[in-house]
Amino acid sequence: MTTLTPLLTRRWATPESWRLSTYVNDGGYQALRRALAQEPSAIVDAVKASGLRGRGGAGFPTGLKWSFLPKPDGGPRYLVVNADESEPGTCKDIPLILADPHLLLEGIAIAAFAIGCHHAFIYLRGEVVHAHRRLQRAIEEATDAGFLGDNICGAGFDLTLTLHAGAGAYICGEETALLDSLEGKRGQPRLKPPFPAVEGLYARPTIVNNVETLAQVPGIIANGPKWFGSLGTEKSKGHGIFSLSGHVTHPGQYEAPFGITLRELLKMAGGIREGHDLKFWTPGGSSTPLLTADHLDVPLDHESVAEAGSALGTRAIQVFDETVCAVRAAARWMEFYAHESCGKCTPCREGTSWLRQLLARIEAGQGREADLDLLGEIPDQIVGKAFCPLGDGAPACVTSSLLHFRKDYEEHIRLGGCPFDPVACIPVREDVA
Amino acid sequence: MSYDETTRNSLTQDAQELVSRYPRPRSALLPMLHLVQSVDGYISPDGIAFCAESLGLAEPEVSAVATFYTQFKPQPNGTYNLGVCTTTLCAVLGGDAVFEHLSEYLNLADGQTSDDQMFTLERIQCNAACDYAPVVMVNWEFFDHQTPDTAVAMVKALQAGKPVRPTRGPDQVPTFREAERVLAGFSDGRADEGPGCGAPSRAGLDLAQSRGWSAPGKEAS
Amino acid sequence: MSTEAALLTVTIDGHDLRVPPGTLIIRAAEQAGIRIPRFCDHPLLTPVGACRQCLVEVACPCPDGSLRPMPKPQPACAVPVVDGMVVSTGLTSPTIKHAAEGVLEFLLLNHPLDCPICDKSGECLLQDQAMSAGRAATRCTAPKRTYPKPIALTSQILLDRERCILCQRCTRFAAQIPGDPFLTLHERGQSQQVGRHDPNAHDDVPHPSADDLARDGQAFASYFAGNTVQLCPVGALTSSSYRFRARPVDLTSVPSVAEHDANGSAIQIETRRGQVLRRLAGDDPQVNREWLTDKDRFGFSWQQAPDRLTVPLIRRDGQLREASWPEAITAATKGLFEANGVGVLPGGRLTVEDALAYSLFARVALRTDDIDYRSRPRSQEEAEFLARHVAGSGLGVTFEDLGNAPTIILAGFEPEDEGGVVFLRLREAVANGSRIIMIAPFASPGAEKLSAQLIPTIPGAEAEVLDQLETLTGADLSKAILIVGERLSLSPASHPAALRAAGRTGLGLAWIPRRAGERAALEAGLLPGLLPAGRTREDAEEIAEALTSDLTLPALPGKDLAQILESAATGEIGALLVGGVELADLPEAELARAALSRAFTVCLEVRASEATALADVILPVAPPSEKAGTFINWEGRMRPFPQALPTMALSDARVLSLLALQLGCDLDLTPAAAHRLLARLGKPTTSDTSQTTVAALAPGEPPIESPPTSLPIAARGEAHLATWRELIDCSRGVDQEHRLNADARAAIVRLSPATAEEIGVGEGDEVTVSTTRGEITLPVRLTEMAERVVWLPRNSPGSQVLPTLGKVQGIVRIQASGKEAAS
Repeated sequence: MTTLTPLLTRRWATPESWRLSTYVNDGGYQALRRALAQEPSAIVDAVKASGLRGRGGAGFPTGLKWSFLPKPDGGPRYLVVNADESEPGTCKDIPLILADPHLLLEGIAIAAFAIGCHHAFIYLRGEVVHAHRRLQRAIEEATDAGFLGDNICGAGFDLTLTLHAGAGAYICGEETALLDSLEGKRGQPRLKPPFPAVEGLYARPTIVNNVETLAQVPGIIANGPKWFGSLGTEKSKGHGIFSLSGHVTHPGQYEAPFGITLRELLKMAGGIREGHDLKFWTPGGSSTPLLTADHLDVPLDHESVAEAGSALGTRAIQVFDETVCAVRAAARWMEFYAHESCGKCTPCREGTSWLRQLLARIEAGQGREADLDLLGEIPDQIVGKAFCPLGDGAPACVTSSLLHFRKDYEEHIRLGGCPFDPVACIPVREDVA
Repeated sequence: MSYDETTRNSLTQDAQELVSRYPRPRSALLPMLHLVQSVDGYISPDGIAFCAESLGLAEPEVSAVATFYTQFKPQPNGTYNLGVCTTTLCAVLGGDAVFEHLSEYLNLADGQTSDDQMFTLERIQCNAACDYAPVVMVNWEFFDHQTPDTAVAMVKALQAGKPVRPTRGPDQVPTFREAERVLAGFSDGRADEGPGCGAPSRAGLDLAQSRGWSAPGKEAS
Repeated sequence: MSTEAALLTVTIDGHDLRVPPGTLIIRAAEQAGIRIPRFCDHPLLTPVGACRQCLVEVACPCPDGSLRPMPKPQPACAVPVVDGMVVSTGLTSPTIKHAAEGVLEFLLLNHPLDCPICDKSGECLLQDQAMSAGRAATRCTAPKRTYPKPIALTSQILLDRERCILCQRCTRFAAQIPGDPFLTLHERGQSQQVGRHDPNAHDDVPHPSADDLARDGQAFASYFAGNTVQLCPVGALTSSSYRFRARPVDLTSVPSVAEHDANGSAIQIETRRGQVLRRLAGDDPQVNREWLTDKDRFGFSWQQAPDRLTVPLIRRDGQLREASWPEAITAATKGLFEANGVGVLPGGRLTVEDALAYSLFARVALRTDDIDYRSRPRSQEEAEFLARHVAGSGLGVTFEDLGNAPTIILAGFEPEDEGGVVFLRLREAVANGSRIIMIAPFASPGAEKLSAQLIPTIPGAEAEVLDQLETLTGADLSKAILIVGERLSLSPASHPAALRAAGRTGLGLAWIPRRAGERAALEAGLLPGLLPAGRTREDAEEIAEALTSDLTLPALPGKDLAQILESAATGEIGALLVGGVELADLPEAELARAALSRAFTVCLEVRASEATALADVILPVAPPSEKAGTFINWEGRMRPFPQALPTMALSDARVLSLLALQLGCDLDLTPAAAHRLLARLGKPTTSDTSQTTVAALAPGEPPIESPPTSLPIAARGEAHLATWRELIDCSRGVDQEHRLNADARAAIVRLSPATAEEIGVGEGDEVTVSTTRGEITLPVRLTEMAERVVWLPRNSPGSQVLPTLGKVQGIVRIQASGKEAAS
């Protein structure tokens, strides 16, 4: 049986978990000292050897990404932390920042040292003011204590860390859009190549890493790459935070090795809402195709989920029981994509908006049979044709809900309205005031 | 530009501080637009002119950026920005009902501001707190597990001028302008207020502790 | 050119091609004659890959030699060819054909079906592709996205947002080419739209906060805004002067050359039933690429203005009365023949054919060397410089050279106002790493857009700077180019200093005047002592031989413009032959009025002017669109153009030919003869287009400290006058274009903060600039510039410097408006 492995989440229940003293008393910043005593290349090698893959959704090997940086030319190179957590369902980085910001800062300091960066940035989603306060305060504390700033830990390494608030744009989670936004521009994705490792922030070599990715780095340095690889699967090594939300008895953050199944996670979370059955779930946010009860035993690693026809994404598991209308779910997600489409490329800008209109019409009971054909065809005109992966991922909820729950759609058209009771899906929560 | 001298001087001083944090001045644009909202309560024409002048940009370059981001408001915003998450998960778990009740209670549609400039009501997109659904963000502070009743009660408390405490945030919800000043990058000294996390965030941790599960130890060296 | 070995191999739809490294797939396909559909692509703008219409399937070779297909289709407009790449377009790939159809359907979802009333209909990329590859009927039943009809981005440029397909051509143009981001993308997603910040949108209080204001009170947009209309692939951007006037299918398009500056920009003149309806930029990579100034684009009504002269006029009993051509020719020749000497003032706007006609008519028919085309401030040093170093020098420094020079120094030349498309080429040079250095009193808006480094210089002190150029710039100038503007003629000793600098350092010299006919006038020899093709009086025999005509010149060089006017005013010269000369442009305008009044004056003119009002015989001549001819641009490049409109009007050369005939002089003044003569005398030179290495530019370099000047010091309450003509000013070439004028810069006066303080004025206060002759009052814009220097536009509404102040350089009085001058 797979068990939970709280490491990133270990201190979250500790009083004043966000304070430097809490972190240092628990052995915090020891990995940084250890890293600073090594050659930067050794850190890169360790991260490579650990098999750590990016935790922001795409799962690209972190050490490999770092090694794409060109040789130092004397000019600046940057580390930019992607803390723009916005993919629907994803809710792991913000709690990490609120509860344990120093873990992230230590990861940033080690990564910056490894890649030769002296000015790093955290691009934090703007819509979470308290996370901003906690990070800003943590940066001040860490700087005062000599874990950031000049001559870190007396090892002669300097790092300035700037916290930067976004302003409400899902697209800025895409790394090149994030860089444009950090440069004070509209956050629209850039053409690749050049990739950020070659021309990123201010056209200088830049590494963009997710919060959880960097939070894994101190553990890897402290415990060794083999330790990290002892968990997880062969190609999806290590552990990560699985975020369960929706119709489960105890929604929340569950830190577990890759390869755990939803059946196992659901058991830990007290199962589906009492008296109800699983209808569909997203393995990694709304951009990953919906899965059903048929997929309860799919190991939650990149390879197995891909094989099941979806993607592991950010491990944002949104669980919906049989009271939920698949049309309503897809329609509302498409509202999201149409609202958040940056507008740069035609397929995403026009396609998401058309899908939104179609889904709204069907949900309102005004759809026609031919609309279902369109719902089948329009995604095909978007996927693979959009400028960036966010556009390519937008129609997944339509395609997959149509695949698994075509009946929901047909019922809307047949009945001229939604067959579901919108109140039935609202859980009665007596545990919270 | 019609800022009085005091406002202008303090804006200029803050802008200089923000610009100094970046290798290139233009990077300070988003923080400066937050700063403008902390003074004017929205992206004012004066604010756009101020940003353009401070950063050596043309005004259309500034408005191009300001209109791209949802948090930058083209019209004066209410003192309290009530953001009800109505993306799928929150919507299904009660967010739609919360929005409808607030909308009815305040007689405001999506994006509207009350005549007394106290509230702006809007539907917001997923705010990274799905395990606390449904969520309402007041000036971007978390109000978790909302119901129509708790949300209306919270609004009534704000109307009555009573202090209102976010679920995971500072002891009292700040005003829109105060929150914008924090986002601009100026501390309000309230980082240590509020809890580290709520129950859902520690659900797995609590379970692991109760079962005696832990991450394996360091590799043998 | 790349060598054959350096070429890359690419296979497109089964066709093998070899292309230079860096070639984009879409360009390679064009070479093979394979048309990939596109909207956002434009060869002169950086790729954006936004419209997704040009997607292709791409496979690249792996190190092991196998081909690896890229996971998703790639935009052909943005991906450069890799050696061994295999590309499939919609012609061979069903996936790609389907993708393109999908994009087209998406673009049409919200596009209005207003083709019947759209200006672009008939030349619209979207219409073309919808007709050839679109669906017959829409599958979308939702309402289309609409916006209030159109937004006036400027007085001239209108935007219909619902037609826009968001290709970003216009916004990229504005930001990248002239560096005037006056329109940008606004909003996001479905609401994304091109727009101009409207500071009053949410507020009742006006906010005139922009630095640079246009006359209509909006922020100044650009001198090049009209290019966005031509670039727009659909009908989203239109010009108010052409909107709803015609259909492309009704227009006759004639290639031509623009007449408003010395660049000789290629244009298309589009006419319908004898009327010019619009002008477009032609495509000439060597000269103006595909760009045009708004002046060249929109300023064409002057040629068909109500005050156009159409019939000859003869002064009878003090009144100008209509006459027949024979009467007028007879009257003109009689007056010229009987006069004791004729001075010839042909102006600076002639084609080389007309200029040669003037030159030969003066020298052979009138037997005079009293000829000077320079109806502008000028100097004897300049005349010598032009005669020795410009006339007959063939193709010298070129546009391409400007793009390649590591350092370009500007003296007496404001690039944005006086350079037209030269400014754009300088922007290109800067983007490639060139460094621009300006010898000027302050960093003008144009200088800032070039990140130019300033050597702050009081007008008149340029020579001292030029003599120390290497020391001051600290640069290797051997591959540099020094641009000498026509205003440098106001600065004593500056032309010799420029030549000395060239001699010392090896830098290339380029003389860039304002008017279209300046270079042709020099090639024709329209200066005293200067004969065609740079020949001098010593070569008179050679010219005579080439002409097979008698050519006897007086022993001494003839009179220059000032001397001609003086002599005519005193009666020493009895007659004047005047071409396109505006008397107000002359420093000696009063003298000119006296001269024209006293002498027997024959005017060849297009429109009634102050000169024609004083003439005795007026012979109407054709404007450029009503004749064929050849401008010679500042590079020395021949810019021939055909006749665009049918006309009864005669060219200057034709009229001069009639006069010569009447004088009994057998002189062949036809264009064919002109070209024969030039071909015989010409010494064609090839320009040095070898690549020069470029130095990296650090933007915003501090100004260079200028050397001490020997100019007289301006006292408190005085200032050295600095002025130039803005691109769009009170010139008669644009006096019919009220929209263009509304978009031009509003007149201001510039002072340094310290100088302003001395006279007690602050930003925006009114300042009076005066001489004994007159005064000009304008709001002040505080500018980092040399102390006690004042700048104001030379010929803008409310600021007609020469007529009002009687000078364009030297010391003037400055004071707060309404106050007495400090004693």
